[in-house]
Amino acid sequence: MSETDSHTLDTVILDTATRLFADLSTSETINAAEKGEWPGALWQAIEASGLHLTWVPEECGGAGAGMLDGFAVLKAAGAAALPVPLAETLLAGWLLAQAGLEVPEGPLTIARGEHRIDNNGAVTGVALAVPHARSARQIVALARDGARLLVVAVPVSACALTLDRNLAGEPWDTVDFNGAVATLSTAAPVGLDADSIDAMGALVRVNQAAGALGTALELAIQYAGEREQFGRPIGKFQAIQHMIADLAGEAAAVNAAADAAAEAVAVTGAVDADAWVEIATAKVRLGQAASVGPAIAHQVHGAMGFTYEHRLHHFTRRAWAWRDEFGNETVWARRLGDAVLGWGADQLWPRITAVTDK
Amino acid sequence: MSSSRFRFPRVTMPAAARALRQEVREFLAAERASGGYVPMADCWASGFSAEFSRKLGQRGWLGMTWPRQYGGHERSFLERYVVTEEMLAAGAPVMAHWIADRQSGTQMLRHASDEVKNRALPRMAAGQTFCAIGMSEPNTGSDLASVRTRADKVAGGWKVNGRKIWSTGAHGEGCDYMISLVRTAPADEKERHQGLSQLIIDLKAPGVTVRGIEDIGGQVHFNETLFEDVFVPESHLLGKEGHGWSLVVGELALERSGPERFLSSFIALREAMQVLAANPDDRTREVLGHLVARIKTLRRMSLGIAGLLQEGKSPETEAALVKDMATRFERELIEQLRVVLPESVLLGSSGVLPRLLREAILRVPSSTLRGGTNEVLKGMIVRQLGLR
Repeated sequence: MSETDSHTLDTVILDTATRLFADLSTSETINAAEKGEWPGALWQAIEASGLHLTWVPEECGGAGAGMLDGFAVLKAAGAAALPVPLAETLLAGWLLAQAGLEVPEGPLTIARGEHRIDNNGAVTGVALAVPHARSARQIVALARDGARLLVVAVPVSACALTLDRNLAGEPWDTVDFNGAVATLSTAAPVGLDADSIDAMGALVRVNQAAGALGTALELAIQYAGEREQFGRPIGKFQAIQHMIADLAGEAAAVNAAADAAAEAVAVTGAVDADAWVEIATAKVRLGQAASVGPAIAHQVHGAMGFTYEHRLHHFTRRAWAWRDEFGNETVWARRLGDAVLGWGADQLWPRITAVTDK
Repeated sequence: MSSSRFRFPRVTMPAAARALRQEVREFLAAERASGGYVPMADCWASGFSAEFSRKLGQRGWLGMTWPRQYGGHERSFLERYVVTEEMLAAGAPVMAHWIADRQSGTQMLRHASDEVKNRALPRMAAGQTFCAIGMSEPNTGSDLASVRTRADKVAGGWKVNGRKIWSTGAHGEGCDYMISLVRTAPADEKERHQGLSQLIIDLKAPGVTVRGIEDIGGQVHFNETLFEDVFVPESHLLGKEGHGWSLVVGELALERSGPERFLSSFIALREAMQVLAANPDDRTREVLGHLVARIKTLRRMSLGIAGLLQEGKSPETEAALVKDMATRFERELIEQLRVVLPESVLLGSSGVLPRLLREAILRVPSSTLRGGTNEVLKGMIVRQLGLR
């Protein structure tokens, strides 16, 4: 009953992360980061704690903690609207470790898709919406060299960046690899391709968004208990109560879907066929929740929550941005629907129960 | 900032439950092939077959968690979960025994006299005796403490007068008992939850009249049950006199946490897949993806509640949250299927799928009412969140 596999959660890692984020990911820091100020103290504290290497095995220079620890840290990061590329560094570290590469120092990020190795052995191609590219030291990506698919790390300083931000105000830059020379390069392991990056990226965002929706819920509960109208806290009105109950349900559902997918990935550490289905489920469920949840949180907060001064937007805007990254719910629902059609009517139910019957 | 208010732990089925699942699937496939049942939408509240229930009783799939002493099988909650979810996914006619197996039997096991347990439970586990719920009344719905059915003390027991309503299956063959919430002391406006008791009423006793009520689909699944000077012996009291409120709250918790809250019409999706697979467009893929994502997540949460129960917790709010979300999904499932199915199905007059869809559409308003309306459930959720 409730048995977990070898990957049990290390509460020390989560406690460390939660405390560190609470201390250093303040509203002021988040707002300053959106205005372009790099939160150096926050990042240094993360590096000092080793949280950025959670998914990197010891032989690749990492902390060698479990996959589930990393996902728990990502929920906490989302719950704190962490304005540094911890999620991206974890994701890049995971990809490098999958290929057996040692993980370089500093903040990292990841580019989606498949890029190219040109005749001079340099990386070419353009990657859109690379999160936190400007703040990263290296970008990890897949690049094709003829028949070979390589995992490469490219120094950001050698790329041409076009700066932009997502609707949460997070850096979201277009990267032209521009013939940069990779500092690290090796063959991608069998089964790892651009879809694997999308899947793992999607799951990272689901976990962050689960945290963000959790905080939006807490803020709504708190505000509804404090704000008085018609002589009583607005949380005493049934209309408000029922909206908040719905928000609690959506937040809980995303959490549950995120956990199910994280556990499926933790079995092998890679995105196998079973894990892919759980990830698709989780990203679709996030899409549903992120359209309902933030709307409720804003409605409860009234005009106050619509101001930049109030911190609600740190969480609602991130949920809105993250639901679209690495494939939105339409993209993933079609993929999942395709898989379901492949199962066929007779295998639909057996495939649903297979998750718990291993 | 706490990252998660509600926890739904991972559950892994033990080997015995996995083996049982195969056994149940083989049984269901054979029954369907031999005409032992035809799949139904909302099968746990519409598919009455005393014969099918007896077959399950013979196989040891009723009263699974109860002690052997009372005809039970001392199996785990997860094994029972497996049997119930397999029955629902197949649209099997499980209505006859559903209430007895889900709540009345367990409620009797916890609170009834030895005499009642010895007499009723073995027959319930064998699928020979069924039960109905006795909570709502014509003037009592969500406000359950306002029940007016009266039990007046007489020599050796009580004399009961009043009426219960929406008691699913009370008219059915073999439906012998109703656990009824009654007033054993007059209502006190300040202490509304006092003076209530749960009595097991023998539906075959003199003075009991069961009148069927047609639902919007023209079917008679539920009833009004009239009590006129019905004698109920002392041995039919559950727990202590006057403690009925806490008992009924416990019974409702049994009622709210199961997979029937999101799988009532899963069979319609399963059958629709046969049609949708023929010519799937992007919209169809998208709808299937959305529906399966919802079902998988709800199953995770529903099983998480089973996990919490196994840990010895009382996940009443979690159950309310899942039931609220799951029952709204049941409506959405049918609505989303409708818009991707071809006219040949929607307007079709023969075949399993057109019938299932109509049954499901006509049954679905009850999903968000029975076992506590979604509005009452949301009230429970916000109480836990500290807003009430």
